Amino acid sequence: MDLNLDAPHSMGTTIIGVTYNGGVVLGADSRTSTGMYVANRASDKITQLTDNVYVCRSGSAADSQVVSDYVRYFLHQHTIQLGQPATVKVSANLIRMLAYNNKNMLQTGLIVGGWDKYEGGKIYGVPLGGTVVEQPFAIGGSGSSYLYGFFDQAWKENMTKEEAEQLVVKAVSLAIARDGASGGVVRTVIINSEGVTRNFYPGDKLQLWHEELEPQNSLLDILNAAGPEPMAI
Amino acid sequence: MEQNRGPIGQRQRCSSGLTTKKSSPPPPILLRSNQKMSSIGTGYDLSVTTFSPDGRVFQIEYAAKAVDNSGTVVGIKCKDGIVMAVAGLAADGRQIVARAKSEARSYESVYGDAVPVKELSERVASYVHLCTLYWWLRPFGCGVILGGYDKDGPQLYMIEPSGISYRYFGAAIGKGKQAAKTEIEKLKLSEMTCKEGVIEVAKIIYKLHDEAKDKAFELEMSWICEESKREHQKVPDDLLEEAKTAAKTALEEMDAD
Repeated sequence: MDLNLDAPHSMGTTIIGVTYNGGVVLGADSRTSTGMYVANRASDKITQLTDNVYVCRSGSAADSQVVSDYVRYFLHQHTIQLGQPATVKVSANLIRMLAYNNKNMLQTGLIVGGWDKYEGGKIYGVPLGGTVVEQPFAIGGSGSSYLYGFFDQAWKENMTKEEAEQLVVKAVSLAIARDGASGGVVRTVIINSEGVTRNFYPGDKLQLWHEELEPQNSLLDILNAAGPEPMAI
Repeated sequence: MEQNRGPIGQRQRCSSGLTTKKSSPPPPILLRSNQKMSSIGTGYDLSVTTFSPDGRVFQIEYAAKAVDNSGTVVGIKCKDGIVMAVAGLAADGRQIVARAKSEARSYESVYGDAVPVKELSERVASYVHLCTLYWWLRPFGCGVILGGYDKDGPQLYMIEPSGISYRYFGAAIGKGKQAAKTEIEKLKLSEMTCKEGVIEVAKIIYKLHDEAKDKAFELEMSWICEESKREHQKVPDDLLEEAKTAAKTALEEMDAD
């Protein structure tokens, strides 16, 4: 099996953005891969654009970083001219402008989430072609394929902050279990009127899902260990 | 008959939408100094890129005089909207309006949201100021009162030929601006609704009109408020008639004293 260490860094990724009653919760895994090699197992894919707006990055690591940098720069100027914090809508539109106009060259899917005083907590998805769509929740990255059914069942309006964060952590953890390009730790960012909170959930502390094995010291221990836990909803 | 072609210079911009809040209170309603005695530039007034020895740019001051000679325009911000009256002409105004429209369109296409009034007035002011910087351009000979309704509520801005732009509770430009400002200061704008404001503004314009000196005039008014669904529109005919009648009555009462 060849590793191809010269392959461009991609963030296979699972990214999620969810609104709740009072703000938004953004979540992501932490794996950056170069072909089959994990270049960074603890990356931070949730990037700050302004004090009140963050973006989850997926796809090409380089492309998503450059787009974020440009938009952060534009938003900074915009904030100065406006005299007050930029809105989430404007941030999403600037991201969309870059993503759409450079669609032939870029390969990055982004989820913009934040809080402003006019609209409250908002999530905007900006997938590959440069569409911008406002959603109550958004999922993206290679790991998101495994989450569509999960969200259909588990999503509900007006969750509390705790419910929303638990939902996000659970979802990222499920995706990590199934998607080879997602892994590492789960990072979350909660944004509301009071400010921004970052949380960190180490990979080995996450709940085990169907057929996942406990971390082992020796493979011989498997022979004596109890069976795996059934999957819980 | 009412072809409001002329007063477009003093038109208002409308934007329904977002952001912008000017936190500092606007300066009191006073504008340029009165230059009753016209000082001659004598050589320093031939170009807008020339300063006089006492630090004045005469071309800009002459541009302001062009505004002062036009008919009076008044704008007030009531508690629920903006009312503007138009009774004059400004040829350069059309150009400014075109620029304002273009700036508003461009903002919306980049940022995906309606332009805040503050941002628009700063862009228009920037453009007006631009025309005072180069010798091959002349300054605009018109002032603009810009009123709009955005996410932060109704706001009124005024832009002068020099490129200065401030936010106001009430503003006036043109011939009778001094008298108009005195009248506006008597009003309690924060307690006045737009409907009441329409009547008050009409009274002011009628009061200012000097039968002997000025030509006959046509009163036009427009507003932007909740009643107009936050869109800029000409004041509805019935309200306009009511305002005109009330204004004439008020004048007669004054004359009768």
